[in-house]
Amino acid sequence: MPRRDDIHRILVIGAGPIVIGQACEFDYSGTQGCKALREEGYEVILINSNPATIMTDPMMADRTYIEPIEPEVVAKLIEIERPDALLPTLGGQTALNCAIALHEQGILEKYGVQMIGANADVIKKAEDRDLFKQAMERIGVKMPPSASAYTMDGAIEAMHRIGLPCVIRPGFTLGGTGGGIAYNPQEFEEIVTRGLELSMNSEVLIEKSIAGWKEYELEVMRDRKDNVVIVCSIENVDPMGVHTGDSVTVAPQQTLTDREYQEMRDEAIAIIREIGVETGGSNIQFATDPATGDRIVIEMNPRVSRSSALASKATGFPIAKIAAKLAVGYSLDEIANDITKKTPACFEPTIDYVVVKVPRFAFEKFPEADATLGTQMKSVGEVMTIGRTFPEALQKAMRAMETGDPGLGMRANDPFLPSAPRRGRPDKRKLRRRLGAPHAGRLHTIRHALLAGIDTREIHEITRVDPWFLEHLRRIVALEQSMSRFDSFEDVPANVLREFKQNGFSDLQLARWYGTEAARVRRRRHELGIVPVYNRIDTCAAEFESFTPYLYSTYETRTEVVETGRRKIMVLGGGPNRIGQGIEFDYCCVQACYKLREQGFEILMVNCNPETVSTDFDTSDQLFFEPLTVEDVLHIHESLSIEGAIVQFGGQTPLNIALKLKQAGVTILGTSPEAIDLVEDREKFKELLQRLDIPQPDNGIATEVDEAEEIAATIGYPVVVRPSYVLGGRGMEIVYERKSLKKWMTTAVEASPEHPVLIDKFLENATEVDVDAVFDGEICVIGGIMEHVEQAGIHSGDSTCTLPPYSLSDEVQDTIRDYTRRLAEAVEVRGLLNIQYAIKDGKVFVLEVNPRASRTVPFVSKVIGTSLAGVAARVMAGESLAEIGFTKEVIPNHWSVKAPVFPFVKFHGTDVILGPEMKSTGEVMGIDPDLGCAVAKAFMGAGRTLPLEGTALLSVCDRDKQAVVDVARAFADLGIRLLATPGTRRYLEDAGIKSDVVFKRGEGRPNVTDVIANDEVQLVINTPNTDAFSLADEKAIRTAALMRNVPTITTVFGARIMATAIESMRRHGLSVRAMQDYHAEVVASA
Amino acid sequence: MTSRDDTSAARPCLLVFEDGEVHRGTHFGHHGESCGEVVFNTAMSGYQEVISDPSYRGQIVVMTYPLIGNTGINAEDWESRDCFLSGFVVRELSPIVSNQRATQDLAACLAEREIVGLAGVDTRAIVRKVREVGALKAIISNTDTDTDSLLKKVKAWPGIHGRDIVQEVTCASSYPWTEGLDGPFLPRLEADSEQPRPRLAVMDFGIKVNKLRGLVAAGYDVTVFPAQASAEQILEHAPDCVFLSNGPGDPEPLGYAIDTIRTLVAKELPTFGICLGHQLTALALGGRTVKMKFGHHGANQPVIDLTTERTEITSQNHSYVVDGASLDAGKVEITHENLNDRTVEGLRHRDLPLFTVQYHPEAAPGPRDAFYLFGRFREMVARHMPA
Repeated sequence: MPRRDDIHRILVIGAGPIVIGQACEFDYSGTQGCKALREEGYEVILINSNPATIMTDPMMADRTYIEPIEPEVVAKLIEIERPDALLPTLGGQTALNCAIALHEQGILEKYGVQMIGANADVIKKAEDRDLFKQAMERIGVKMPPSASAYTMDGAIEAMHRIGLPCVIRPGFTLGGTGGGIAYNPQEFEEIVTRGLELSMNSEVLIEKSIAGWKEYELEVMRDRKDNVVIVCSIENVDPMGVHTGDSVTVAPQQTLTDREYQEMRDEAIAIIREIGVETGGSNIQFATDPATGDRIVIEMNPRVSRSSALASKATGFPIAKIAAKLAVGYSLDEIANDITKKTPACFEPTIDYVVVKVPRFAFEKFPEADATLGTQMKSVGEVMTIGRTFPEALQKAMRAMETGDPGLGMRANDPFLPSAPRRGRPDKRKLRRRLGAPHAGRLHTIRHALLAGIDTREIHEITRVDPWFLEHLRRIVALEQSMSRFDSFEDVPANVLREFKQNGFSDLQLARWYGTEAARVRRRRHELGIVPVYNRIDTCAAEFESFTPYLYSTYETRTEVVETGRRKIMVLGGGPNRIGQGIEFDYCCVQACYKLREQGFEILMVNCNPETVSTDFDTSDQLFFEPLTVEDVLHIHESLSIEGAIVQFGGQTPLNIALKLKQAGVTILGTSPEAIDLVEDREKFKELLQRLDIPQPDNGIATEVDEAEEIAATIGYPVVVRPSYVLGGRGMEIVYERKSLKKWMTTAVEASPEHPVLIDKFLENATEVDVDAVFDGEICVIGGIMEHVEQAGIHSGDSTCTLPPYSLSDEVQDTIRDYTRRLAEAVEVRGLLNIQYAIKDGKVFVLEVNPRASRTVPFVSKVIGTSLAGVAARVMAGESLAEIGFTKEVIPNHWSVKAPVFPFVKFHGTDVILGPEMKSTGEVMGIDPDLGCAVAKAFMGAGRTLPLEGTALLSVCDRDKQAVVDVARAFADLGIRLLATPGTRRYLEDAGIKSDVVFKRGEGRPNVTDVIANDEVQLVINTPNTDAFSLADEKAIRTAALMRNVPTITTVFGARIMATAIESMRRHGLSVRAMQDYHAEVVASA
Repeated sequence: MTSRDDTSAARPCLLVFEDGEVHRGTHFGHHGESCGEVVFNTAMSGYQEVISDPSYRGQIVVMTYPLIGNTGINAEDWESRDCFLSGFVVRELSPIVSNQRATQDLAACLAEREIVGLAGVDTRAIVRKVREVGALKAIISNTDTDTDSLLKKVKAWPGIHGRDIVQEVTCASSYPWTEGLDGPFLPRLEADSEQPRPRLAVMDFGIKVNKLRGLVAAGYDVTVFPAQASAEQILEHAPDCVFLSNGPGDPEPLGYAIDTIRTLVAKELPTFGICLGHQLTALALGGRTVKMKFGHHGANQPVIDLTTERTEITSQNHSYVVDGASLDAGKVEITHENLNDRTVEGLRHRDLPLFTVQYHPEAAPGPRDAFYLFGRFREMVARHMPA
């Protein structure tokens, strides 16, 4: 069936900010979708609030709106743009929910917008538990016994019928937010309460627990002609009970016979037909009873998903791209397979390798959170790796995780290394207990258990992990132990060494065991000719010739890398997403690819994150799906003649290996690794600043407690303390007095001469500023000066900031420009540079210099309409800014606000308070001619309701009591009722501001948490006290607010700008405008 | 479940191609050697069905999926009474069997069935060679490790082209088949129970039993005849309809079968042929078959039904193909084509109740998208049965 000619303009809804359960896989799918639709000649109108995405680059759509993904906002956009169709299946649950709301509000009907891909009925049938269950009954597909409930009474009644343990799932949420398994009535009530609150339609599904069953997923595609194909099967290593996003998974499935697999396949096809997904992809999850083979369906997602991104990367079959083409009328047989060129997309990929996905967690950021894994997703990122055997793929995944493990275990402090003392090893009893509860890094626990002598049968009984996986883990461990057969690494014979490599052992693992250097292992391997080859991912197991160099390394015999003779640049990606390093860096890498390809370079992309645009085989000329370790990157470097590598765009990951790569002969483009190291070295950096006469807060370096106390006393409290060489402010804290410093030094960090602790004077109530700039050796062009809304001390990644700055004087800004240029020159930057400044009493201090891509590069690029990363990449490849034509700072005449998004709701029990350690997972952007409106949009985009009226609860710490008076007056002037705790109220009263009193907890009822629970409060302003006494009380307030989704502001600055936003919104209301229009204005004014 | 010894390495086994290329790996299964034409199968699951498919007679099968043996061998998934292939090559033999239905592991099974297995070789390299050069002859051996001697043996082997190897796999004498199949997601094939079960004569050229199960499920009274059975012998049984099975090798030398088919078709007996049965029918109707470079062996081949424009994902296993241009377009219509290479996948006679497909609607292994063809055949038979 040919392309539809009755539609011309298509609205695509993105997924919004990165949150747990919805990450950059939707940028990948959305970008593919937009590209595919435009290739077909459609005009694409895009809305996404997330500025860090590639899809919101103005070149990806005809009309790009970086606006909050809220039905009323999208309605305004529809009114302006008048699209003919809406494609809601590329933007995750956010887009589906928004599309459903637009449908239900009659907006789509009013403007004649047709839903394509999946219509409202289909979405409801797949997502509404009751409708889905009825549909499954009609076609005879089994489901676990279950019931829906809308009230606690209904839920308890259902619990009695179904029995414990049971799974509770809130309706219409993503990543299983608020769900869990209840083993007793008390747990049950707890989870149901949470679930009812979090569900979009106050619904929970109560379902018999089938924890321990084997879990599978199929990625299914259907077209208008009713052709259905299965793109990929996925088997979970962690059985039912752990959210699939948190499970280690393998593709294809490993432990089903063909008969069992085909039955599952037939069911999947029956399901997609019954639910009525007319075109596009769906993800269907199944569970099978390992004892009987009985099978049930768990759920279906009628859209592209994290799993479909994984399936696309695992097979080379671009699901989102094809889904977009199917949505506009094509059938699968009419679409060509991009990789083979000659065969059609109407087939089922077959693969001749094993794919392993391992989730990456961030529990270290949320120490109070329950780290047990369950039905609610908690991971923040993942890696995917490929090998010809399961051990090879798995060990690659373990080292790709960048958690310090060079493979399955054997990190530097591994208790089972031959050099480690025996007494440090966990005993069987402890290991059995740890095996019992699913947790991050369970594979490591299994390894320890095996090494401690627990056999696979017992591990299987405890974990229910399939014996097939356990046996492979056992073999990896047996191989590790077999290293003891040789006294030194030089004694390991070539054939044995080859066997180790074929089983995925890294040079570092071997070096650790034999107490030698990885470089020595490498050298000897080369002498013996034991090097990997590159196999292609070709969708067809080599049955057809492949034209797309999409490669993975393996220890086989015949390489498929082709030397083209063109000038090649290697771009190193960011690896797994984590807090502090995510989509922003992928954006930079992708921009580097795009812009350098335009300049005629052949780009080799190296990355192992399946969610990203950078790992789309379309993005680069050759894609290497590999871990970002020295060993793996050097292998690529040796296999082709490569001019240079870009290491400054992938966050900390490539920087960590840059120096070693350079020493091994890789040309690092742009700023040298030595220069990057220089600014990380506090002593050298201090000298540099002194030489340049640029101030920085007083500071010192300590390697022990006494020294730290001495330094703090000299420079004066409060001080910011942090371990050296960390990412995202890991372990960083603001310390107000000696006692806390001592506590932090003794409990939070292990200071040592190799790992000193950095102590800086904390500038109280200072304004923090982020600057991104490009320097080519001649001129330094500022990309943007961003002023933080929160005062210094909150991690820049967690701060709200504005571009241009809203309160900095011209003089201060000029000082910043001057310092930036001088620092760029002194550090010999070639490419991007990010500097963090603090401004106190008009004086500019340098906090940090990062001669690399920063988290704010995509935001700045969107605001000024120039791809800063693209420009920088060209500078690194040798062009000057003059040649590129980017020589002048762009100062936009509109306001852009970047606001963070936090995962607190996923980590029950954690405090929502902000500090120097980064906790946000994503960000949104608000853009508007009016500052307040831009703030309001950012706020809305981050999923918080802006209270235009109602009651604000104020409870601030003593330090902030004076400052909060102005803010309170602003709220009062807006007609917002004020509630205040006694101490805060006294201040307000003294200032003549009327407020009502509310008890603190333990002082009387109704207290602060009561009024929040009763929905009497629409906004909470609560700034943290530094003493431990108030901590519990404040935490209770913030947690209560979090659970009721009441916006909570934890800084006075934040509260002030909130008042501005409310005022603006009440005055102007909300209007939307395309980025293309903003950019045209920027160009006109330049 | 059992797990094998970790130190079982170093049992060499060789695969030597007729052009002298040697692949060394480790041995499993039967101790011995045999010659065969090297083909590769791209199905990721279903190795038990592959090793028990008689159509692989005379061939050494290389599995493209690298991990084979994970689910062992079970009692239900046999596609024939034995294994007929010449050798089985995998990247890695699973160290463990993990499936609730398994009763045996693959190595033990191949040892019992006297099939030589080779593991630990770069199967992708072999596949790329076959794709580039074509299905070469080779020898697999763990008893002789002298490559010169092996090369001599493989050069002396006549190969399968131009030979009748159906004789080696067909049944010895006729027998009734009564086992059907179950499965909630197979299309409903049960014929109206009021109607008598049509008597179906199956010509066994090396049949996979899932076809027989499908035919029983579709409501036939099934009797299987050996390939050499004459038309008279079959007609003596008074069949209402005829089914022509799959089988190994080159169809052209099977003159006796082509004659039988020609006679039966002329009697206007409703006829359905699959794979070799399809090729023999084309020959009986005056067409030609040609040997393919490396054939179609897998579970993901897209076939378009030219009458409905719907695509089926099909299971396939053939090295020969019907030359569409050789057919009399006035008599025979090409109903199906392979979407990958546009080769003929299905035929229908314009006047006679006869249709055939190159692919395997009985699946096993592979998708069951085309299972409905057994039902379609049943409908055709019903139209031609005396009321």
